[in-house]
Formats: sequence, structure tokens, C-alpha cells
Amino acid sequence: MILKHFARKYLREEVLPSTFCPGCGLGIIINCFLKAVEELGYSNLNDFIFCSGIGCTAWIPSPHFKADSIHTLHGRAVAVAFGVKMVRPEHHVVVFGGDGDIAGIGIGHLIHAAKRNLEIVVIMANNFTYAMTGGQLSPTTPFESLTLTSPYGNIEKPLDVVKVIDAAGASFAARWTTYHIIPLIRTIKTAIKKNGFSFIEVVSQCPTIYGRRAGFKSAYDMLKYFKEHSVPIEKAKNMSDEELKDKFVVGIFVDREKLGFTSLYKQVINKARVKL
Amino acid sequence: MSELDKVFVDEKLCKGCGICINICPYHVFTVKDELKGIVTPIGQDKCTQCGICEIYCPDFAIAIVPKKGM
Ligand SMILES: Cc1ncc(C[n+]2csc(CCOP(=O)(O)OP(=O)(O)O)c2C)c(N)n1
Ligand code: SF4
Repeated sequence: MILKHFARKYLREEVLPSTFCPGCGLGIIINCFLKAVEELGYSNLNDFIFCSGIGCTAWIPSPHFKADSIHTLHGRAVAVAFGVKMVRPEHHVVVFGGDGDIAGIGIGHLIHAAKRNLEIVVIMANNFTYAMTGGQLSPTTPFESLTLTSPYGNIEKPLDVVKVIDAAGASFAARWTTYHIIPLIRTIKTAIKKNGFSFIEVVSQCPTIYGRRAGFKSAYDMLKYFKEHSVPIEKAKNMSDEELKDKFVVGIFVDREKLGFTSLYKQVINKARVKL
Repeated sequence: MSELDKVFVDEKLCKGCGICINICPYHVFTVKDELKGIVTPIGQDKCTQCGICEIYCPDFAIAIVPKKGM
């Protein structure tokens, strides 16, 4: 008997081995997502529609998932997901994107979808860089970090995307790293079940493009760094900015009960029909 | 390969990143092919079937027989 990895029943065998570099965190994100799907009782991905833009992360659903997916323009995955959700509200619509795709070029769409509390799940892999195009500075690159376009260190402070989502009023926002597989699986399950906009940032290792420049020796080296530099949100509340300088605050940041866009849309249509 | 095996590695999918070697608390994996870094299980009997390596393996190359009753 040869046993196969659990995720392979959801993946297209013909595209394996994946296109990702050895040790890339994107494979761990795939595993956590598909474990959550399995634990929720789905034996296939027929109830899901995936949207992604351009970048290494955007390759997660297309071509890897045995599912319907749209691989669209850089930064526009959330906008396309909006359209998909409006015509297929009964499906789970899930967006995968990198920090550049979601929080750089696509941040306008992201904020508005969060503000409207559209019932989709957005999973942003934060590898601190524009990996696919060679490692330029991204909105989430840490302060003083070395990248292709900041060879003397980044002089910008990184954008806290989870806080942006919170301010926009979405239902759910969380941050974990690829080290935190168990809480990440649990969080993805909550996000899929949530009737509102759900955002999950996953700090992920890119050993090839970001890691090498930033001085990491291996993928495991980066996982270890994530473990040692993560602080749970409850503990972070009592820490100063100076103490949190090189830390990732992880946990569930936002969990609100409020109606999502498609249910409010249905209500307004029903109201208008009665008037007619 | 025996009936009692709990750990399976698909050598066609393993890219030799080495995460499993470092993450497994019981040191079940070792490098088989020095050039490509492909791993093989050396400690079938040591494996507790916790399954974390299956999630940490970014290349869907490892499979662990689920614990009975799970
Ligand atoms: C409109 C547009 N601008 C720029 C690009 C070039 N481009 C391709 S991928 C990418 C960035 C990818 O970075 P990110 O979204 O963080 O994903 P990663 O590769 O890091 O996973 C850019 C700028 C493009 N394809 N389209
Ligand atoms: S360049 Fe980085 S993010 Fe892209 S596949 Fe390679 S390791 Fe992963």
C-alpha cells in the first residue's frame, strides 16, 4: 500500500510537483486550507469558487485546485470575487493573493469589500515582498529589511493590513504565520463559515527571493524565526511599540456579528418588490 | 516497505527543502539523496502519527497513516 498526502484528493495530479520553490510557505497554506475544508466535511471543492490575481501566491488555486477558479489581473482578485459572489451567493468564494496583489495594487478593492462586509474569504500570504517579479519592496516589507529595491534597508514602516480591515468594519480578521498550522486551520474553518467579510493574513516564508536577501539560511530557519518572533494578541496589548518592533502579533483581531452585503442586497430587493 | 509502515514519502514530489527533518520531534526523516536532498523515513517505529509533517510538507510528499479512532 502506498498512502498519498491528504490534500492530493483536492489537487490536480497533472500539475504536481507544484511550481513553488523548495520550502515555500505557500504549500503549507494550501495544506492548512484543504485541511480546514476536509474537517468541515467537504470531500471535494464543488461548493467553492476561487479567485486570484498575479503573483506566486495567486498560483495557489489555479492551477493547483481541482475546482472552478478565475485567475485574473494583478490586484483585481477581490473585485472579480465581488462579481462572482453576487451571482453565486450560495457558493463559498475564496481569494488567495500575495501582499503586493492584495495590499499593494489591490488595496482599494480590499477596503471597499471589507466596508461592504461582502461574504467572501480573503487569504493574504505575506511574504514581505513582490516575489514573482524578483523581490521588490512591498507594502508589508519590515522596517530596515533588505530587498532588491531597498539594498540599504527599507525606510518605510510596514502596513498593518489587519488593522485596515478592522477600521473598514469587516466581520472577521486574523493573522497567523505558516508556523501556526493548528490555529490557522481552526481560523480558516471559522472564516469559511462566517457570514461576512473574512480576512486572514498568513505570514509566509519565501526562502528563495526574500529569505536569501534578508539573511535566512533555509525555509526551516524562517519558520523558526516566525515561531520566536510571534506574540499572541492578548500579550501584545501590554507591550510597548519598541518591544513589538520586530514581532508579529498573531491571533483573531476582529470577530463581529453583522449582516453581510448579499443578505442586505436580498432584503432591499424584497422591500422594493413589495412596493411595486 | 512493510504492513506496519506509518510514514510514506513520495520521492517524485519531494523537493528536499528539509522542513520535515527539522520539524519532526522524533527525528523520523533523514536525507536519502545528498544531491537533491530527497528524504526518506528511517524511524517508522518512532513515529507517533501526530501528522504535523504532513501539514508542514509544502510539496504534498509525505503521508502518515491516521491514528486509530481519528
Ligand atoms: C498591472 C500589473 N502591474 C504589475 C505587474 C507585474 N507583477 C507581476 S506579479 C507582481 C507582484 C507579485 O507580488 P505579490 O502579490 O506580493 O505576490 P508574491 O509573488 O509575493 O506571492 C507584479 C508587480 C502585473 N502583472 N500587472
Ligand atoms: S519565489 Fe518565493 S514565494 Fe515564489 S514560489 Fe519561490 S519561495 Fe515561494
